[in-house]
Amino acid sequence: MSLVNLHQVHKYYGDNHVLKGIDLDIKAGEVVSIIGKSGSGKSTLLRCINGLEQYQEGGITVDGKEVTTEDIQVRRLALSVGMIFQNFNLFPHMTVGENVMLAPTIVLKKSKAEAETTARAMLEKVGLAEKFDSFPEKLSGGQQQRVAIARALAMSPKVLLCDEITSALDPELVGEVLKVLEQLAKEGITLVLVTHEMNFARDVGSRVVFMHQGKVWEQGDPKTILSNPQTDELKQFMGAVL
Amino acid sequence: MIEFSNYDILRNLLFATQWTILLSLAAFIGGTTVALTLTAMRLTRNPVMQRIVKIYVELFQGTPLLMQMFLCFFGLSMLGYEISAWGAAILSLTFFTSAFLVEIWRGCIDTLPKGQWEASRCLGLSFLQTLRHIILPQAIRVATAPTVGFSVQVIKGTALASVIGFVELTKVGTMLNNATFEPFKIFTLVALIYFMLCYPLSLYSKHLEKKFNVSR
Ligand SMILES: Nc1ncnc2c1ncn2[C@@H]1O[C@H](COP(=O)(O)OP(=O)(O)OP(=O)(O)O)[C@@H](O)[C@H]1O
Ligand SMILES: [Mg+2]
Repeated sequence: MSLVNLHQVHKYYGDNHVLKGIDLDIKAGEVVSIIGKSGSGKSTLLRCINGLEQYQEGGITVDGKEVTTEDIQVRRLALSVGMIFQNFNLFPHMTVGENVMLAPTIVLKKSKAEAETTARAMLEKVGLAEKFDSFPEKLSGGQQQRVAIARALAMSPKVLLCDEITSALDPELVGEVLKVLEQLAKEGITLVLVTHEMNFARDVGSRVVFMHQGKVWEQGDPKTILSNPQTDELKQFMGAVL
Repeated sequence: MIEFSNYDILRNLLFATQWTILLSLAAFIGGTTVALTLTAMRLTRNPVMQRIVKIYVELFQGTPLLMQMFLCFFGLSMLGYEISAWGAAILSLTFFTSAFLVEIWRGCIDTLPKGQWEASRCLGLSFLQTLRHIILPQAIRVATAPTVGFSVQVIKGTALASVIGFVELTKVGTMLNNATFEPFKIFTLVALIYFMLCYPLSLYSKHLEKKFNVSR
């Protein structure tokens, strides 16, 4: 059964037709890389999947349940969908530990002790156990992004959405974040990531989705599609990236 | 005619200062409470609520405080509601304070990145939970300095209550002047007392601003 399903999804910003009938089916355990030019609708697609943006036509389901932007639905959705942002969006007035413990205590109503155990385990997983009491501003970009991953993982999501999560990082910090993602992929978590890291998409991903002008233009196995693109648009895009 | 010694003048002025402070505090507390409610109303994405807040702010920012006080005092009595000068002063100063605070706070909340709302939403927090745990703690840090700064305007605004007969510092100053005909001495003293109330608050506000800018 599919974990995330999009059926003929259309999205407009005013007159701007941004998603033009997206069909996409993602199974549990897949690592899907979404690539494409700036403005092709990649972020919008992710934001529709987690209920941050409203779509006008078609349907999206996550784990069999329909996605809407209704507050109550989004909150239920948050239990199965985690999101990592380009700018980390850590809460600057809380320590790293508090950032990770917040949602489990408030949303899942876990006890403080239980939430702390989870938080420490998740921070351990991203290699930042010793930063539990630090404030985000004291961390490097790569470390902040790993905290953001730990924060999302603490809600034990079924699927993790990542929107260019290494794009705001200095080049030497990209590796540590990708390593964490690779580890998660090995553990079988479902990942949907918008990325420019072609090597990651090829080596770790199970599928590449190329978006162009609001449509899924081409998709398939990473090695095949990246070494042997079928459409001119993807050829051109690959030429621009490499 | 009664003779007023310098000691008498000062004693009367200082006694009246208590009422100025009390009125300022009441207006500030009232204004803060109303402004909090209005801020919450504005933050809901309900257009009707937002419209109400907008009209409220425009109404009370767009008319002189003195007119608001007159309307509260004389207007309400004409409508059959007996209201004391003290009540009318608190009421109108509450309107005035809240209309400005809600705008000041809006600015502070808007400086927070949209990503804070989104991250919180994606973690499953409700609107009110996001407000309480994410937005307010950060907004309060930003808002403290301008809010303390604005309290100076409230203190100065209380002087207008003298016009509707509330006996506070300015009113007592006027009364003493009528009795002694020493306007220079008396109003210098009155101004000095206002200054001593306001200046520390201004300084404190500047200090907070600096502290906040450093810690950012
Ligand atoms: N909040 C918004 N309001 C109006 N238009 C928007 C908004 N967000 C995105 N758009 C428009 O939607 C289109 C797709 O944007 P989107 O951010 O999804 O592209 P993207 O593929 O993620 O691009 P990038 O690689 O630059 O991040 C663009 O034309 C953009 O201008
Ligand atoms: Mg984008």
